[in-house]
Amino acid sequence: MNITIKQERTNTTNTISFQGKTVKDLLQQLNINSETIIIIKNNTIITEDEILKNNDKIELLSVVSGG
Amino acid sequence: MLCHCQKPAVITLQHGSLCQLHFLNYFEDKVFKTIKRYQLIKKNDTLCVAASGGKDSLTILYLTQKYLQKNNLNSPLFALAIDEGIKNYRKSTLKDLKQFCKGQNITLKIIEAKKEFNYTLDQAYPVINKDTKKKPCNICGVWRRYLLNKYARKLNATKVITGHNLDDESQAIIMNIFKANTDIAAHLGPISGINDHQLFVQRVKPLYFCTEKETKLYSLIKKFPVQFIECPYANEGLRSNIRDMLNNFETKYKGTKQGIINSFLALLPLLKQQAKHNTKEIKICQQCQEPAHQSICNTCKIQTLLK
Repeated sequence: MNITIKQERTNTTNTISFQGKTVKDLLQQLNINSETIIIIKNNTIITEDEILKNNDKIELLSVVSGG
Repeated sequence: MLCHCQKPAVITLQHGSLCQLHFLNYFEDKVFKTIKRYQLIKKNDTLCVAASGGKDSLTILYLTQKYLQKNNLNSPLFALAIDEGIKNYRKSTLKDLKQFCKGQNITLKIIEAKKEFNYTLDQAYPVINKDTKKKPCNICGVWRRYLLNKYARKLNATKVITGHNLDDESQAIIMNIFKANTDIAAHLGPISGINDHQLFVQRVKPLYFCTEKETKLYSLIKKFPVQFIECPYANEGLRSNIRDMLNNFETKYKGTKQGIINSFLALLPLLKQQAKHNTKEIKICQQCQEPAHQSICNTCKIQTLLK
């Protein structure tokens, strides 16, 4: 399936091919530590166990302060 | 994942998941309990919140004001910000801070390094680095601590409230262990410092038991005006490596950071006792008359290099 990911830290949006099932799998694929982000889907904050569907749009907000 | 009330969760913690409403209650309760347990705010205090415009300082500004209202305390409260002079960074965070303080009816005082030292951090860093190899964060840290204490005292504050969270503190503990700085580690804890001194304003940390992720989530749900802008110097130094290491451990072993804090708090009385014995009496800087560990304070040493 395809997932579109917007990343606050890098200010980038990419659509990637994803073979996993949950947000946790997606973070593993992207090599992103869950402690460092908050995940948004459809303007709603979600947790790592959320199951993803084809064409879902995900936003990853950076937890770490800029300074 | 569902909260115990069966609503969708916004965060998974060591002992379960919480929905938006239960998370807000959990977070505020934790901060207020920390203030009470360590007596971070007392009846006759004048409170200065060290503010940068980031999520931690906006959260602690808001919650300090809420704590005062909740407990019918009339303690004067103001925000104090330091503009170190970092291009494309500080002006933006200060803009958020000004907007926030105006909305909350909190007085804001901004101190500029350029006016105080004749140099911005961007100008001072290359000059100092050439002779000393000091990193920008070293200079920034010295300047910020100096200006916060000096102006908090001048504005009659009895406490400086900082937005240091559990991540900041666990990183600092591990950094001090790696560098065998046990006397410096004794300055950590919910209340900073070892010795009372009339020229030092006590620094306190109500977010001590809140993780960085929890604080970000709180500021997000509360819709505080926080934008992500990275300091151009942020990735230099040991701290960012320690941060990554601790986040990796936390993901594998939930509760690692809290464990570090709990172990440290058990040892802290002993560390303070030892540091009190080892630390020399606080002196007065011969040049600026501010408190110092040697005859000349670190800020004046930096000034000498800039001349």
